[in-house]
Amino acid sequence: MEIKLILNGKAVTDHIEADTLLLDFVRAHGCYSVKRGCETSNCGLCTVLMDGKPVLSCSTLAARADGHEITTLEGLQEEAADFVGFIADQGAEQCGFCNPGFVMNTIALLRENPDPTDDEIRQFLAGNLCRCSGYEGQLRGIRNYLDQRGGRHGI
Amino acid sequence: MMTIKNYVRAQSLEEAYTLNQSRRNKIIGGMVWMKMTSLNINTAIDLCDLGLDTIEETDTAFSIGCMATLRQLETHEGLNAYTCGAMKKAVQDIVGVQFRNCATVGGSVYGRFGFSDVLTVLLAMDCSVELYKGGIIPLEKFAAMMKDNDILVRIHIQKTPARFSYEAMRAQRTDFPVLTVAASTLGKLAVGARPMRAMVMPFSGDDIDTIAEQAANTIPTAKNLRGSKEYRTHLVKVLTKRALEGLYGN
Ligand SMILES: Cc1cc2nc3c(=O)[nH]c(=O)nc-3n(C[C@H](O)[C@H](O)[C@H](O)COP(=O)(O)OP(=O)(O)OC[C@H]3O[C@@H](n4cnc5c(N)ncnc54)[C@H](O)[C@@H]3O)c2cc1C
Ligand code: FES
Ligand code: FES
Repeated sequence: MEIKLILNGKAVTDHIEADTLLLDFVRAHGCYSVKRGCETSNCGLCTVLMDGKPVLSCSTLAARADGHEITTLEGLQEEAADFVGFIADQGAEQCGFCNPGFVMNTIALLRENPDPTDDEIRQFLAGNLCRCSGYEGQLRGIRNYLDQRGGRHGI
Repeated sequence: MMTIKNYVRAQSLEEAYTLNQSRRNKIIGGMVWMKMTSLNINTAIDLCDLGLDTIEETDTAFSIGCMATLRQLETHEGLNAYTCGAMKKAVQDIVGVQFRNCATVGGSVYGRFGFSDVLTVLLAMDCSVELYKGGIIPLEKFAAMMKDNDILVRIHIQKTPARFSYEAMRAQRTDFPVLTVAASTLGKLAVGARPMRAMVMPFSGDDIDTIAEQAANTIPTAKNLRGSKEYRTHLVKVLTKRALEGLYGN
């Protein structure tokens, strides 16, 4: 079957199988930041934005994305550049495998809630698993980023 | 691994219903649950073109389309104002935001999963299910029914004046719950993750200890890898107390 969608701002038309996952579709179109982690909807590694909302591409059919706008980290480099350095400064990336999923979901969080408390950050990122760190580094990195831009210093 | 041969975006409920009469065809909601199965599906029936992804609120009721997501339940102001935040509390620990943007109300209620937070919280409300062929039936009846090939179109919640509270025990924040309890001043105590399907125990009065004792004595529980039968029965008592304290204050 044929689908048409907008991937990182560009119109894409392609033939797919009925059960092609959005994860495989975006990777086939060069978006290698999107990773296959658990494939059971638990880890958040495969997060993409569909019409601006973070969804799990491992559990979404590419066919469902027909007519929609999909954004991956490849299309959000500028927005991500603002804060990824703060996360790296905390040594939060060890193997780094979970990082694209974290960054995607942090972008979604900050769009929805530009000045989150620490608990709101924990709550929003609860579906992003990291096998190396204890999550504190990511939290400190995001907190430092928010603080330097004048946030309310967590609660 | 689940496989799908054909994908159809139904253009009417009649088309979806007709397709769904074949055992090898399946409605897909958020697909997060189905994805973990090894079903070989002939035709996946997608309801996403039917405008069933909204939560509508009137002075007297909420009407929730089957394709509305758990995240919509979590963030809907009217729904959370009416349920005293119980709706948000019930779904906010289901995996993560991205997951809740995928999982649908229709798939969650149709599935009648033994572990369901969603079914538990809705059972404490004045709630009914609209089926395409089966019409509107009380959720409590639907929760106990065998699965068939009908389509769950909407969930209706009457805004009967009441207070609500919700409690769940999880071994870890985003894990499946070990036990779930929802209570309302409508005299409904719903207990889920028993680990069988959620059920309702009607209650009257506000003697918290007596109601909690009665719940522990009458609500059947069983063991699974998340907890023993005895532990769950203990949790029925503790979470019922907490839920009722949430309703009536200490
Ligand atoms: C890893 C994981 C963890 C989870 N943790 C929890 C938890 O802690 N608490 C909790 O409450 N839930 C939990 N769930 C369940 C989840 O919240 C959803 O209830 C579940 O995924 C079903 O929703 P869905 O939209 O994905 O349905 P699908 O997987 O798409 O469908 C489920 C079933 O419903 C049928 N169906 C879907 N829509 C309709 C319809 N409109 N009419 C008729 N039939 C329909 C499908 O054919 C299928 O048989 C978890 C699921 C997973 C995968
Ligand atoms: S790969 Fe999608 S949630 Fe883990
Ligand atoms: S840094 Fe290795 S999984 Fe997160």
